[in-house]
Amino acid sequence: MQTKDSPLTFEAAMRELEEIVTALEKGNVDLDKSIALYERGEQLKKHCDALLKNAEARIEKIVQGADGAAKGVEKLDVE
Amino acid sequence: MVESPRSNALELSVSELSGALKRAIEDQFGHVRLRGEISNYRGPHSSGHAYFCLKDANARIDAVVWKGTFSRLKTRPQEGLEVIATGKITTFPGKSSYQIVIEQMEPAGVGALMALLEERRKKLAAEGLFDEARKKKLPYLPRVIGIVTSPTGAVIRDILHRLSDRFPRHVLVWPVRVQGETSAAEVAAAIKGFNALPVGGEIPRPDLLIVARGGGSLEDLWSFNEEEVLRAAATSEIPLISAIGHETDTTLLDHVADLRAPTPTGAAEKAVPVRAELLANVNALARRHDEAAFRLLDRRRGDLRALARALPQPENLLAIPRQRQDRAAERLSAALRAFVGARRLALAEASRLLARHAPQAELQRVTGRLNTLKFRLEAAGRAFFDRRRERYATLGARFDAAFAGRVRLLGHELQGRRERVQNFSARLDGAFLALLARRRDRLAHAEKLLGAVGYEAVLKRGFALARDAEGGIIRSAKKLGPGDAVTLHFADGKVAATVNGEAPPKRTAPAKKPLPPGGQGSLF
Repeated sequence: MQTKDSPLTFEAAMRELEEIVTALEKGNVDLDKSIALYERGEQLKKHCDALLKNAEARIEKIVQGADGAAKGVEKLDVE
Repeated sequence: MVESPRSNALELSVSELSGALKRAIEDQFGHVRLRGEISNYRGPHSSGHAYFCLKDANARIDAVVWKGTFSRLKTRPQEGLEVIATGKITTFPGKSSYQIVIEQMEPAGVGALMALLEERRKKLAAEGLFDEARKKKLPYLPRVIGIVTSPTGAVIRDILHRLSDRFPRHVLVWPVRVQGETSAAEVAAAIKGFNALPVGGEIPRPDLLIVARGGGSLEDLWSFNEEEVLRAAATSEIPLISAIGHETDTTLLDHVADLRAPTPTGAAEKAVPVRAELLANVNALARRHDEAAFRLLDRRRGDLRALARALPQPENLLAIPRQRQDRAAERLSAALRAFVGARRLALAEASRLLARHAPQAELQRVTGRLNTLKFRLEAAGRAFFDRRRERYATLGARFDAAFAGRVRLLGHELQGRRERVQNFSARLDGAFLALLARRRDRLAHAEKLLGAVGYEAVLKRGFALARDAEGGIIRSAKKLGPGDAVTLHFADGKVAATVNGEAPPKRTAPAKKPLPPGGQGSLF
């Protein structure tokens, strides 16, 4: 569900979860499919929770190289 | 006209005059502030110096900005821009012209700047840089936010505070000067620099950019109207929020950006959702999810029970179909047999046809025909010969009969001929005998006659006949030599003699003398 290159975004995960909930609420899905849907919904919920928990502020400043391009970062103290 | 006095006026050379003017002008106008509209500006020369004119309604003056000065100018020269230029007047002695060498230049008031801004806005709008279609959608929840602004001051602080209130994120600040001559270039470079970061690189690539600055005058915010900043923002692949000045401040960057925030704080609010709300949303959804699943299952269970009750007994369900199946099975085997029979028949017919057309059969048939033909040919041949033979036999018999008849006829004819020959023969015999008798008479008569006139008679009269050894009559003495044997015939007989002498000499007596007795000589 989540690869390193293109993780499922929070927005997409929420949208899919909503679709699943709506389908389950309507109740017009096959039993087998409803089980698969439920499992998928559980995964999405966990994914969204994880994304929301990962809410650590990290403030950095770009350090430029001689050519003007970004060379690295260093901590930025604003206060 | 009044004739000018001639004598006491000082004569000047052109160079002297030019030099004097140069000194006078440069002393007098060593530092001037000159207001005018830029004209004939075509960008800096390849040497780096910039040449143009400053003009107003009635006059114009050449202007030059040296290369070293040009890069430090707050306001870049722009065609039609009304400026206040600070500098000094210099002259060109070689041309007797003067010019202003500009040291500093600033727009001549807000009106001029606004006019310039409007002109640039129109130009870029015509290029489509402000089109709605170009706007990119902002990520709902960016992971990394890049902020282009000054690293110190209220602006960055406000943004970071509001971000952490709503949803603490990873923030990368690209420090730039937000005012002054180099500001525009730095901002443009920062936007490009963030875009140049590779995905998954050492420095995380932001998925949202904020270009921010606090409030200020139009001149203070001018960097964010500069074309290089606008073009960098327009080509940015990362969605960009502009947050320049206060609510009422407007820059061209606001038009190019994917979203305009009224203030830096507002930018933070546009950038991230409120985490607490999201958590509530997710929880609410999760609850609905569980409930829906449970209800669904529950309803299914109820449905199942209801259906199970309504389910008929399996035996009843199966009875009729089973009967049908039995009947079908019976019909099936019969049908199968009939089917197989029909197919077998068809196969037999087919193989018969096939056999007829098989090569061996064909060969056999041809051979049979050939034999028949051969037999007929032989029979015909025999019949032919038989007929011929019969015909020849008939012809032979006819020929034989004809031939015998002919032979008989010829026999008869021959007989007749033979009789006639005999007839002639008898007559011939008679004639011949008569002729013979007559001849014989004549012969007897001739004999008598001969006796009378023959040499015997002569001999009787005393002559002798000399014959040589071969019996030949010797008619000449020259044929004889001494020693030759001769026979002398006399009427009463003959005697042998030998010649003993030469022939007598011719016409002489001695020729007569040697004549042998009984020789011819003696005959005379």
